[in-house]
Amino acid sequence: MAERLLEVEDLEVSFVTEDGVVRAVDGVSFSLDRGEVVAIVGESGSGKSVTVMTLMGLTRSPNARFGGSARLGDRDLVGASERELESIRGQEIAMIFQDPISSLSPVHRIGDQIVEQIRAHEKISKAAAFDRAVDLMERVGIPRARDRARAYPHEFSGGMRQRAMIAMALSLSPGVLIADEPTTALDVTIQAQILNEIKQLSQEGDSGVIFVTHDLGVVADIADRVLVMYAGRVVEQGTLDEIFYDPQHPYTWGLLGSVTRMDREPPRRLPAIPGQPPSLANTPEGCHFRPRCPHAFDRCTEVPPLESRVPESPEHTDRCWLDVAEKRARREVDGRIGLNAAVPS
Amino acid sequence: MSLDPPLGQSHGDAGAGVVITSEQGTGDAWEAGHHAPAIGPWQLAFRRLRRNKVSIAFLVLFIVLVVACLLAPVYSSDIAHIGPNANNITGTINVGGKSENVVSVSGVPIGPTFTRHYFFGADTNGRDLAVRLLYGGRTSLLIGGIATLIIIVFGTLIGLVSGYARGPVDAVLRWLMELVWSFPPVILGVVVGTALAFGGIGPIKGNSVLIPTFIIGGIYVPYLGKPIRGEVLRLREQDFVDAARVQGLSPWRIMLTEILPNAASTITVFVPIMLANTILLESYLSFLGAGVQAPNASWGTLIGDGISYISTTPTFSLIPGAMLVLTVLSINIVGDGVRDALDPRAQVRIKT
Amino acid sequence: MARFIVRRSISAVALLIATSFLVFSFFELIPSYNPARAIAGRDANQTTVNEVARKFDLNKPFYIQYANTMKLVFTGQVIDYTDDLNVVDQFRQRLPVTVSLVVPAAILWLVTSVLLGSVSALRVGRLTDRGVMVAAIIGVSVPIFLLAALLLYLFAYKLTWFPNTGYTHFGDSPTQWAYHLILPWISIATLSVGFYSRVLRSNLLDMVNQDFVRTARAKGLPRRQVFIRHVLRNSIMPIITLFGLDFALLLGGAALVTETVFNLPGIGQYEASAIGNLDVPPILVGSIFTAFFVVAFGALVDLLYAVLDPRIRLSG
Repeated sequence: MAERLLEVEDLEVSFVTEDGVVRAVDGVSFSLDRGEVVAIVGESGSGKSVTVMTLMGLTRSPNARFGGSARLGDRDLVGASERELESIRGQEIAMIFQDPISSLSPVHRIGDQIVEQIRAHEKISKAAAFDRAVDLMERVGIPRARDRARAYPHEFSGGMRQRAMIAMALSLSPGVLIADEPTTALDVTIQAQILNEIKQLSQEGDSGVIFVTHDLGVVADIADRVLVMYAGRVVEQGTLDEIFYDPQHPYTWGLLGSVTRMDREPPRRLPAIPGQPPSLANTPEGCHFRPRCPHAFDRCTEVPPLESRVPESPEHTDRCWLDVAEKRARREVDGRIGLNAAVPS
Repeated sequence: MSLDPPLGQSHGDAGAGVVITSEQGTGDAWEAGHHAPAIGPWQLAFRRLRRNKVSIAFLVLFIVLVVACLLAPVYSSDIAHIGPNANNITGTINVGGKSENVVSVSGVPIGPTFTRHYFFGADTNGRDLAVRLLYGGRTSLLIGGIATLIIIVFGTLIGLVSGYARGPVDAVLRWLMELVWSFPPVILGVVVGTALAFGGIGPIKGNSVLIPTFIIGGIYVPYLGKPIRGEVLRLREQDFVDAARVQGLSPWRIMLTEILPNAASTITVFVPIMLANTILLESYLSFLGAGVQAPNASWGTLIGDGISYISTTPTFSLIPGAMLVLTVLSINIVGDGVRDALDPRAQVRIKT
Repeated sequence: MARFIVRRSISAVALLIATSFLVFSFFELIPSYNPARAIAGRDANQTTVNEVARKFDLNKPFYIQYANTMKLVFTGQVIDYTDDLNVVDQFRQRLPVTVSLVVPAAILWLVTSVLLGSVSALRVGRLTDRGVMVAAIIGVSVPIFLLAALLLYLFAYKLTWFPNTGYTHFGDSPTQWAYHLILPWISIATLSVGFYSRVLRSNLLDMVNQDFVRTARAKGLPRRQVFIRHVLRNSIMPIITLFGLDFALLLGGAALVTETVFNLPGIGQYEASAIGNLDVPPILVGSIFTAFFVVAFGALVDLLYAVLDPRIRLSG
């Protein structure tokens, strides 16, 4: 078995706001091994970004409340002091953000921004750090890296900026790499290149990658395991194949159903999940997906625990009260998985 | 140390890959009960303002000050029994059983007696300072209020026309605004004020309070006109304005019914800012002798009169000063509250 | 760079001509304005007034008068109406006083407001923040002359820690110079500290939410470095713009209130008395002087912007 890097247990994050307490992350548990890519999938506001930001201590603020634990080696990231976190950030856990345009400081040279990170953790000279920055930039495919390191972010294209972000994230060979929608803001062709870049890194085997996205196409490309999040909770968790070929939660069906697939006849109308995700300040009782779920029944007012319900794969867990056989019968129409209107059993 | 952004959900994960329709799905008790009844942005702002205890307290203080100043004639005739411009250089009054000169032989006016006569003392002409303080406040507030009205009306009008018409009209209006803008308000006000105080202008006499009112209003018009113009330039590109144009509405109609309501919150935020600034500018001008002219008083002239006696009778200038500061301070605090209520992004919402 | 300087110089000359012309024509429009009488003095009879008018070409058309006056201004020969003093000489003599007043006050208010604004933003929502913001809002609510009066009363008359008014040249005695100027410096700085620290605080709070600040923190930079190199660095620009303009205006004579109250023989005091007497030449020179500083510091601010922010290119 591979080496365990990160163990998140029952993580809770809430924010005290004018409109009440927003429970952004509500009891999330997962683990990450070396060499593995775990994808966290969900809509806007599902809590996926807050989850990974919390791992780095970036959601700490006077109005934030935390619960649970996130163990990195023998340290708990949730309870870590700011000083501990400073040394962990960038060195043991690094992060690539969604928008490379706004995520780089506009007034500093790209190379200097990488140097800044290296020198925050290692006592080496500026020149040595700069040489390393240039090497890193070359490694992620930035041509003429020595010249480009002296350029400012606005002189870079979107794809090149994201490569620079990746170079920066890799600068201290972190064990855990978090990529928060790293390809969302990019053109499709650039997306593929950046994904390749990240995939290669994980295959080299040194780090584990947490890949946050709402794009199931990207997930299919890159992930080993998948966490589906809805309204602050993990609703389903399993390997890539389990999630794609035997999805257990109606929300997952909905997500899969709304992906256009090249290998199938396109539907006349793109299927969609009805309704909107709930406000996290005022979530429905029981299963959070209940108000949007055509299959909801009495029992759904109780919170379903995240547990294995598929006998043949004990690692595949979900939060839905429906019986496995029932689920399999309801989720498919014409061989296509989707969130269909209630089918009589 | 809090470098942490308040509220955790600003980290955008904009949905693009998953299609989510906004049509309402299954009817559910929770869903029906969850959505709060729609309330307008103004109502929401008003609610927020009402929750802001400090702002409300200072709003009350401001109202008290205004009412007190408006009641100046009542105080003058029923309590102090002396008019605001009645000299009494040679008079004496009875303080604690002793007879004292209102103005000493060396010309120093008496300090506060805290009785109905000369409550806050006298000025060099033996006039009752408390009476003049209230009358002066009335003048200051009146000038500030009318000047603010002028600014709001003309600033909005110029901003609307300039931003909506663009082209040569905009060029001329903008040039005019830049011109006024490029002079410091105090210097511009003092130059114009002094010049006009000499001979008045047209039917208005040199010592009329209308002169400083118009000057102060005029000086600050661009300070509202420029931001409104910017707002209008932004708004006129919006789809709802295009829609109105397609419907064939006239430019004036579009400006007044489509654009103005959307610029209203910006204008509202400027009302207290302008009121505070006009009252302050009035005090500067009057202090420098370019604002309110004798025998009228304003807080600025009273401070100016008293400043030569700062070593002997400090209350002479500091009491009008305190009134002025309290008024401006309460306007500023209420103004901050209004701004935060209308634009919650401007403040940081933290409740610990 | 050369293009920048040329373009700025051209617009500067245009602005100087425009403001002086406006100031001059404004006085022409005032019905009660009579420069000949002003020069001749209050008690002069009509004959003297007429003579003065002829001598100074005051009966000539307005534009000729303007041209004549401007010629005198630029040859340094223009004299004021009230005291027959050479205006340019007056400005030359008084400039050191105004500089002594304005430059240290500017340093004081810039440093203080950056410190207070930063502390307030870093402790947002806590007691320190509230305290600083209360002080700041009081600061912007007190007119300078009143603060000056209060300081005079407390520290010059009651406690007698500082002299009440007057000025000593730096060359004569640097300690006396500072001793006489401390109260005026505080008077000028307080208003700006209140204003700047409020602006800076809100800029900082906006900036803290920017993505690149989050990146800086995710890199594991120490908080101090995140704040100074990333947050403060990007928030300081609007403050610099404000500062450039305020500083230029004060050097040009906008400190007239402070100079009057503390009886400092600077440019502002001279201009204040000229305004009171409707004495046009000093007002004219003053406006040209101010416009010069405004243009000069505007150009400096733009240069600084270009240095601080690589995205900005210099333009005329």
